[in-house]
Amino acid sequence: MALNISGAIEGSFQLIGGNFATAGEASTQLKLKLTNLGVHEDIIRRAAIATFEAEMNVIIYAAAGRLHYYITQQSIKIRVEDMGPGIEDISLAMQEGYSTAPEWVREMGWGAGMGLPNMKKNSDKFSIDSVVGEGTTVEMVINFS
Amino acid sequence: MKLSELVEKLALDVKTFKDGLQIEIKGAYVSDLLSDVMANAGKCDIWITLQTHLNIVAVASMKGLAGIIIVGNRPVQEEVLKKAEEEKIAILTTPKPAFEVAGKIYQMLK
Repeated sequence: MALNISGAIEGSFQLIGGNFATAGEASTQLKLKLTNLGVHEDIIRRAAIATFEAEMNVIIYAAAGRLHYYITQQSIKIRVEDMGPGIEDISLAMQEGYSTAPEWVREMGWGAGMGLPNMKKNSDKFSIDSVVGEGTTVEMVINFS
Repeated sequence: MKLSELVEKLALDVKTFKDGLQIEIKGAYVSDLLSDVMANAGKCDIWITLQTHLNIVAVASMKGLAGIIIVGNRPVQEEVLKKAEEEKIAILTTPKPAFEVAGKIYQMLK
């Protein structure tokens, strides 16, 4: 099915660390945008999950971050950069069930060590780059077909 | 099965989005881990949980869930109810524990 996209559509959302009340807003808006563009429901679902998890990671761990999206006829690319503590051991962080979230975050039902694996699972391309003490950048590409 | 039928049979207390009770439930999912719900719950599932904070509304809305049943008589804060009303998410509460609620729904949907 042809999408209503000519060229590329891009934009970004500011994310504030610790701001649990607005969690999911960026992913909700992105979901709406993709729906309006006529993207397939399954693709939207994957993009929404990946974006929501990325948002949560910034809110849980970082002081602030920015989520940038780039939509073309073929795919959506989501790039999330944060000013956070960084990840010491990325392969450990990618392991399902591993988390460094504090107890109060776990009590909310977050921090189960599923965030990064969920992002990877729902992306066609996933990369993560982190510098301890500076921050983390996650890039995800989800193809439309 | 319609959500209204479930409300009646389990004597659930409807806290928000009373207009949404005509929705057809496809299944149910029990979890208190939000990432698990995001990963594994299906569209139009009813979600059984003891979590009551604001993020449950965003997760339910994102996944297109039929509603949220909050178990064990846990109180839900006004700001959460307000958000659920805005997002058109039905929040239902019950004094029953998750096991009993899930068991009954399983029987009904089987």
